[in-house]
Amino acid sequence: MTQELKTKGADQNRHNKEQVNGVQYLSFTLDNEEYGVDILRVQEIRSWESVSRIPNVPHYEKGVVNLRGSIVPIIDLREKLGIKFTEYTPLTVVVVLQTNDNNKTRTMGVVVDSVSDVIILDKTKIQDAPDFGAKLSNEFINGLVSVNERMVILLDVDKLLKLEELEELETNES
Amino acid sequence: MSIDMSQFHQVFFEECFEGLEAMESGLLNLDTGDIDSEVINTIFRGAHSIKGGSGTFGFNNVADFTHIMETLLDEMRDGRRKVTQPAITVLLGSVDCLRTMLTSIQGEQSVDSASVGKYKSALEIELAGSAEEPSVTASMDTPIANESSGLAADEVDLTEQGWKIAFCPYLDLLKTGNDPVRMFRELAELGEYSVSVNTHDIPAFYELDPEECNLSWALEVVGDIPVGEITEIFNWVEGDCELDIQPLAKKIAKPAPVEKVTEPEPSVQEIEQPKVVPVEINTAATTEVSKPEVQQSDNEQSKASATSVKASSSIRVDTAKIDTLINMVGEVVITQSMLSLIGENFSMDKLAQLKRGLSQLERHIRDMQQSVMNIRMVPISFVFSRFPRLVHDISSKLGKKIELKLVGESTEVDKAVVELISDPLVHLIRNSLDHGIEMPADRIAAGKPETGTIELNAYHRGGHIVIEIIDDGRGLDRKKLISKAIEKGLIDENSVLGDKQAFELIFMPGFSTAESVTDISGRGVGMDVVRRNIQALGGNIEIISDFGKGTTISIHLPLTLAIIDGQSVAVGNEIYIVPLVSIKESINITENMLNKIAGKGETFRLRNQYIPIIRMHEIFNVRPTNKANPGEGVIVVVERQGVLCGLFVDELLGPQQVVVKSLETNYRRVRGVSGATILGDGSVALILDIPGLVRFSNR
Repeated sequence: MTQELKTKGADQNRHNKEQVNGVQYLSFTLDNEEYGVDILRVQEIRSWESVSRIPNVPHYEKGVVNLRGSIVPIIDLREKLGIKFTEYTPLTVVVVLQTNDNNKTRTMGVVVDSVSDVIILDKTKIQDAPDFGAKLSNEFINGLVSVNERMVILLDVDKLLKLEELEELETNES
Repeated sequence: MSIDMSQFHQVFFEECFEGLEAMESGLLNLDTGDIDSEVINTIFRGAHSIKGGSGTFGFNNVADFTHIMETLLDEMRDGRRKVTQPAITVLLGSVDCLRTMLTSIQGEQSVDSASVGKYKSALEIELAGSAEEPSVTASMDTPIANESSGLAADEVDLTEQGWKIAFCPYLDLLKTGNDPVRMFRELAELGEYSVSVNTHDIPAFYELDPEECNLSWALEVVGDIPVGEITEIFNWVEGDCELDIQPLAKKIAKPAPVEKVTEPEPSVQEIEQPKVVPVEINTAATTEVSKPEVQQSDNEQSKASATSVKASSSIRVDTAKIDTLINMVGEVVITQSMLSLIGENFSMDKLAQLKRGLSQLERHIRDMQQSVMNIRMVPISFVFSRFPRLVHDISSKLGKKIELKLVGESTEVDKAVVELISDPLVHLIRNSLDHGIEMPADRIAAGKPETGTIELNAYHRGGHIVIEIIDDGRGLDRKKLISKAIEKGLIDENSVLGDKQAFELIFMPGFSTAESVTDISGRGVGMDVVRRNIQALGGNIEIISDFGKGTTISIHLPLTLAIIDGQSVAVGNEIYIVPLVSIKESINITENMLNKIAGKGETFRLRNQYIPIIRMHEIFNVRPTNKANPGEGVIVVVERQGVLCGLFVDELLGPQQVVVKSLETNYRRVRGVSGATILGDGSVALILDIPGLVRFSNR
């Protein structure tokens, strides 16, 4: 009995320790690459359902859905990051995220291939993303971290989901 | 421990503006000479609570200013002063001044002390004029408030030493919105004061009702204070406490007759003061919290108006409405538990029961939706209440005699509509005052009563609210309108206009028949703006006029902006909603009925007019569906500011009411789309923004 209590206490201790230095991330995959977002930004995870298309917006903004009465835009993360588009399957997942844009909280969904895990990371182990120059923009990337010998790319939700000004896009097109 | 008072500021400001509103309408009701004490009391109460509140929150300039008003009003109330027209004018001006002060404080701007000083001195001049009313001879020395409450002169002598007050409130003092701390603070301003609290009546903790006042106080104020000032402070709690005011004679050995300066009083009671502090805070907290509720039930809706508060986004709701809503939620909960009981071990023989439960749920939810929408509904009196003042001011400026009748003030309409309709209405009423109603002499010559009438009438009709502005003035002169329009080149010389079209002319930009431009109206920039504003709300405006007899302007507005009537149309596989207000007609067409201009722009001949066509497929990049006849479709003819335009869609799906949801909450503004809605199957459909769409297609 006492022993049991002891181990439980030790467990708790370890857990607390991780909490101090650690942050939790939700990891998901896109075309065999593994990405992570701060779990506190994740509102829910849903399966893909068809969207209502919005006319004349960038192609990666797939449309809007009705999320319990509020209108929520859905963004395809593959396309946003420039990865080849694949058809959606019943396993395709939408991660609903909270973003902060000029003190305004928005709710948005991103389409990913699949959700893999919740990982607890040591903050100190996160390293900055290397500079790829013009080849690849690393502005959405918060850092890289290694989990079980795999590289996980940590994304900055706010920068990732910042909507480009539509007027600008229009003038570019015309 | 201190309380963050700023959290109460919003409530305070709302109350103040309400108080001002009540004061204003009271002042307008005061007929010169005939003093209705109830009306004066209402005005006085307004001033008093503003003074008290602003004192509590430390807005001393407001408190000082209101104090002077209050003094003036107090004298009027006691009949020591006649209610004169100039006094009312000064008081009305002061109400405006107070409003400006409060608005600037609310907006955290500095108060314009110059104009405040101007009104202050005007008030003081008015106050000094009271000398002509020598009802109390001794009042010359203490003009502020020498209550003629049967105090003999020898007692006045004693005032120099001070007063001992036993203040023993009844349990429900706090529930009447009175704050002892505030009264004590006022006492403290009068002179050296000390207070001790008697806590032995406080019940055991588990019996304690925080809204009850179980304390009593013994107070001492030392200084040259007339008893009237003391009784004035306790005026509002008279019925709610036992009060004993005794002159404090023995303490000071030598009555210093000249010196008004308060001597440091070596009172034993002073030691007790720290003890009082926590109690003070407690009472303050309870009072402040309970205040809004008390005020809400006390204030009749008709008096209330918070619309003038710009920053305010709160809304006052009738408690009855909330009760209904709570009842309905209860019903829904009951139905839900019934349904879950059925669902627990469901078998097919319970199907009928399930169906019944579902239909019950549906009914409850529909009712609930309706009553939730109802919460946003406020009486139109929120707008109407400002017009008596407007009419009063302008008619005296113009030298006209005008009576304003308000009908249907309790008609309810969505708060957003109320806020947006007020400016157009002000404009229309000014027009009626300036152009509509004739000068008294002209009216008598025309065989009409000297006093003109403007009637504001609001009522519900169908899903709309109708607001009518009816005047019995000179009416619109058809011939003059037409000749003016021809002169300005707005219409063709030979055109034949019906009554309706002729009256429509006044909505044209730059059209005015007024001979002279005044500061009230006549520049001809108003009516087109009025019409545009009303159309932006999804409403329309009509004029009926009988030359020489009067004009009726009626405004039709939707009851709410949250639900619109829409027509759903199919474009490819997608569904869009076209607001019904902008649809003129819909026509089935085939491709070959369209004509092209320079191979690009397409037009359609609608009777004798060519209208441009917008192909929804192209503008929204929709993949066309493989229909049997790809060239066939429907033209939905829409109107934007009098210009017709055709939307080419695949088919009409049917009219329906839709709840408007913002796209911008989580997303962004989209060209040609004004919002979104959720269809019966849970999917999202976009609502078209017709003006935006037309602009977009013209690029």
